[in-house]
Amino acid sequence: MEYVFEINGGDFSSGGNASSTIKRALKERNVDPLVIKRIVVALFEAEINVVAHADHGTITVIIEEHQVQMFVKDFGPGIEDIELAMSEGYSTASDTVREMGFGAGMGLPNIKKNADVFEIESVKGLGTNAHIIIYLKND
Amino acid sequence: MKLSEIVRELNLKVESIANQDATIISAYASDLLSDVMGNAKAGQIWITMQTHKNVAAIASLKDIQAVVIINNGTPEKDMVMHAKNENVAVLITDLPCYEFCAALHKLINCEI
Ligand SMILES: Nc1ncnc2c1ncn2[C@@H]1O[C@H](COP(=O)(O)OP(=O)(O)OP(=O)(O)O)[C@@H](O)[C@H]1O
Ligand SMILES: [Mg+2]
Repeated sequence: MEYVFEINGGDFSSGGNASSTIKRALKERNVDPLVIKRIVVALFEAEINVVAHADHGTITVIIEEHQVQMFVKDFGPGIEDIELAMSEGYSTASDTVREMGFGAGMGLPNIKKNADVFEIESVKGLGTNAHIIIYLKND
Repeated sequence: MKLSEIVRELNLKVESIANQDATIISAYASDLLSDVMGNAKAGQIWITMQTHKNVAAIASLKDIQAVVIINNGTPEKDMVMHAKNENVAVLITDLPCYEFCAALHKLINCEI
């Protein structure tokens, strides 16, 4: 099953829509609640990063028998130094975004903690691509 | 302790509640959303000064039972609406964060 979501930069009021749609779909499939939690955290952080940092983007979620794959592609400023961006506490969030409580610099670390596979690549001035995989069964 | 008892004992103003009978055993206090995303646990009360819609979205995604807004803050309309749809309670205290946490801790722990 494949889901595609269009995300607009700055549209905080829609932030979380992709995550809650996927959460509902996984619940209906009776996926282990602990696994659902990890997927939801990773997806929400990726989704909000597009809203908070990029111009616009697309999230594709593919629910397969043994895993969930998330492809997050955005057009925007990109990330110059990914290693730095991945470190806890690093954030370039604007003051407005920080006032909302975003900008702790914990989003990418949260994704890494919860994902089985997390790959991210970015071109400065162009955009960012992330690929997240979480396995549904631990064997 | 039941959510409804917490509301009564701590004199909380209710913006939305449908889960009065939910049992609360702990809480998480933070204004940083990705801290809550990473560290809060299902079934908790979330104590914060944030009042926008993403708060309700996060609460629902994390299966948090109730958001308590401190310092008599006013939740935005779309936060309350979203919380109602998702069955998350929205409550308001006039206490600051530390005082509310202390009162809640005492209340929950007295019961045990
Ligand atoms: N999609 C993106 N496009 C451009 N920059 C990004 C993107 N995602 C992350 N970044 C950069 O990486 C930094 C760290 O991201 P991370 O998600 O860890 O923290 P944050 O979004 O700033 O705050 P938090 O997620 O804790 O609310 C961001 O501040 C930003 O500079
Ligand atoms: Mg982030």
